[in-house]
Amino acid sequence: MYMKFWPRVRGVTFGLICGVGVLAASSGMAAVKIERVTSAKGIEAWLVHDGSVPVISMSFEFRGGSALDPIGKEGLSEMVSGLLDEGAGDLDSQSFQKLLEDESIYLSFDTDRDIFSGRLRILSKKQDRAFDLLRLALTKPRFDPEPVGRIREQIETRIRRNAASPQHIADRSLWEAVYPNHPYGRPSEGTPESLATLTVDDLHGFVHSRFTRDRLIVGIAGDIDAETLKPLLDKAFGDLPAQGGTIDLPEVEPKIIGISVIDRNIPQTVVRFVAPGIPRRDPDFFAALLVSYILGGDGLTSRLAETVREKNGLAYSIGAGLATLDKSALISGAFATENSRAGRALDLTRAEWARMGHEGPTAAELAAAKTYLLGSYPLRFTTTNDIAQQLMGIQHEKLDIDYANTRQEKINRVTLTDATRVARRLFDPSQLSIIAVGRPIGITESSVPPSPRKAPSEPRSK
Amino acid sequence: MRKNAATERRDYIVSVRRSQVALAFFLFIFLLIGHSWPAAAELFRPETFNLSNGMQVVVLTNRRAPVVTQMVWYKVGAADDPWGTSGLAHFLEHMMFRGSKAVPPGAFAHRIAENGGTSNAFTSWDYTAYHQTIARDRLELVMKMEADRMANLQLDQARLLPERDVILEERRSRVDNSPAAILSEQMYAALFRNSRYGRPIIGWAHEMQALSLKNVSAFYHGWYAPNNAILIVAGDIDAQELKPLAEKYYGGIAKRSIPVRLRPTEPKNKSGLQRRVILYSADVRQPNLRHMYLAPSPRSVDPLDICAIQVLTEILGGGATSRLHRKLVLEKSVAIGAAAYYEGNFLGETVLNFSLTPRGDTEITQRMMALDGALTEELEDLIKNGVTEEEVRLVRERLIASTAFARDDLESAARIIGEALATGDTIEDIASWPQRIAAVTAERVNKMARSILVEENSVVGQLMPSQSEGKP
Repeated sequence: MYMKFWPRVRGVTFGLICGVGVLAASSGMAAVKIERVTSAKGIEAWLVHDGSVPVISMSFEFRGGSALDPIGKEGLSEMVSGLLDEGAGDLDSQSFQKLLEDESIYLSFDTDRDIFSGRLRILSKKQDRAFDLLRLALTKPRFDPEPVGRIREQIETRIRRNAASPQHIADRSLWEAVYPNHPYGRPSEGTPESLATLTVDDLHGFVHSRFTRDRLIVGIAGDIDAETLKPLLDKAFGDLPAQGGTIDLPEVEPKIIGISVIDRNIPQTVVRFVAPGIPRRDPDFFAALLVSYILGGDGLTSRLAETVREKNGLAYSIGAGLATLDKSALISGAFATENSRAGRALDLTRAEWARMGHEGPTAAELAAAKTYLLGSYPLRFTTTNDIAQQLMGIQHEKLDIDYANTRQEKINRVTLTDATRVARRLFDPSQLSIIAVGRPIGITESSVPPSPRKAPSEPRSK
Repeated sequence: MRKNAATERRDYIVSVRRSQVALAFFLFIFLLIGHSWPAAAELFRPETFNLSNGMQVVVLTNRRAPVVTQMVWYKVGAADDPWGTSGLAHFLEHMMFRGSKAVPPGAFAHRIAENGGTSNAFTSWDYTAYHQTIARDRLELVMKMEADRMANLQLDQARLLPERDVILEERRSRVDNSPAAILSEQMYAALFRNSRYGRPIIGWAHEMQALSLKNVSAFYHGWYAPNNAILIVAGDIDAQELKPLAEKYYGGIAKRSIPVRLRPTEPKNKSGLQRRVILYSADVRQPNLRHMYLAPSPRSVDPLDICAIQVLTEILGGGATSRLHRKLVLEKSVAIGAAAYYEGNFLGETVLNFSLTPRGDTEITQRMMALDGALTEELEDLIKNGVTEEEVRLVRERLIASTAFARDDLESAARIIGEALATGDTIEDIASWPQRIAAVTAERVNKMARSILVEENSVVGQLMPSQSEGKP
């Protein structure tokens, strides 16, 4: 929860799934065979059957997340995600939790701006009981007064804790500032005021309207075969309503806000920055993935890490990457530096940003980025939990079941010319929105700076 | 159910660079198996052998994906920092990425990334570990570089100075910007007055600023040697395949004599002693109550007693059906979250932790007193009346059943095994963990509860909001 503005981990969006790498092509992902399973009632799931460990992991989502919470009811998705395992059917909270614990069933729910998701992790011999409990949670949650009050207070507790965290202050302010008139700008977890308005009817209404089969995506991996899975899919999801209708959420461009400083009496300034990114379906997406990895990819090897951390010792952690939402696209980054050196760190960051925009990457950098993005692909397929998450993520982006292969080709096909063109489009310092929390020296508030060079607009493939 | 109070469970691990995903998953597994790390071994049937220079090698085979994880664990950590140089073990961990004779500064991470791999490292009080995950056919690359920096690290002032700034920034990020982390650091310092666990892994800032080339070099040459290291390779490989590679890359490094690891114990306290650490800060919006109890070192007591503490921890604070959750959160409504955790893999005396978040909106000092009283009452009830055989049976079954999940995740399994071996367990100890858990009785749990949950062995911590900085 720490780096909410960081590239999300929902797999494909940030190239965590890359193609069958040149390194892995021979031995590699052929081992991971994805099956499309359709149950009698028409529930579709993608499955990787692997019986090497008696464990099953399932990741599922319903499209539509906290951004769909009604105005004034912010936190509704969050409340529901905290309450689904707090009693369902004839089982009150303690009975439900005791069954989960005694049967070693790990069931959890979560929400982000675009999805409401769940994870189930079980021993394969417990599959019947686990899918029964999941069905109850999704169709007959009780929302008893005690857990409703308690979970509400837990979320309020988290809001208060976050209010003291410079990272969260920076995140919250940035979301609000760049999406001022869009649901993405509202707080996912709600506010004490909005949480207070939520009624049990709201919670039931959410369950009935949002958990529908047309919005369902399922990824599953582990010790279960397709035929065994089918009736379980029907058990868990078969009785959900068929249609939830289209999701009414407009596309939005992030607003550019310049630099904003939030005063806090802390020794280290926390800096977050974003700029307009690139949509997942844009033909230049993979070029963008490569150049953003070169500039700010996780670890010690990016240009930002080399300049700000390795050469100048100005930050412990610095990075930037694509952050793609369903209805918007960002490139987002962060660092933290002792107050007196914060201005220098920001200057260096902006200079690297501009240099990448002007010059693009070198051929050697591009080649190295390709081998990383391709070769690290199998690393994402080592646990059933990871595999299930990847299968869900690929489907969320409406990609093909052979995505792994097409992805490899697309990454390989990116040329230095492509990369340079896309770098120019992405890395324009005048497009940066920056929030600094602390008492930074050398960072001053400013509104949108005059744009020396408007980022050339590329046609978006929608 | 929201996981609430247990956010600082692994706050003592300090890493060369932040890795959100890895850390989150680490925490997840940790929660899953309830501190019962060693469970994985039996299921994995790790193979182990020693090189002639004394380096222990462990292999965990799983052929699901053509991927391997290499970890090298050194049996040295922050508790081995010489007095006056706190943070040294962790600083050296960072310097290990700054180049050797064969690998120029910065090239280590680049070469691995260019080959599609990931790498990182972490330091605790008792161990320092370096790890890479990479395609199977690139294993030799990372073995070669890891072996190289075991023997040929290049240290000079130009490499040292910017990295010292980096660790100071790391300290600001992890500790100085966070009242909860400052409280935690001070509670450790209050609990461990004689043990070296009282000094933070990352170091005290004023000592970190003065860490010198000489300090780092002496520490490196004193502790980094094959006979003080464990190589763990997990994934698409077996012992027969690994052995010639391990010999080739690590076998030629000379052994050396290793200093004794001192883990002094705490003095016995006079009954009636109370230690409280209270941090008032304007940055605190959400108060927190913590109790830390000194717990025996796994190295100094019967291994069954350690398992009994693990069971005790689960019964008290292991989840939504635990005693503290039922009594303090559900029945008395004085807490919004309650968790217990036991640091089972320390070489020296260790800690049983409780973390609670007060509930309600009345005056905070009163609320904290009520919560503190309610927790103490629960612990006293447990000491007086004991746990039941039924409670113990349920937790035993849960812990043993959950071991199957550890097999699913090789990287975590390698960590579990590395941590156990680096703090003195043997492969056999790890393998027999489920049998030991199965042998835990209520009587043994009660015996451990009565010896640990004693006020004079504890430190109480309060994180408190204040109107102005530093004033109650």
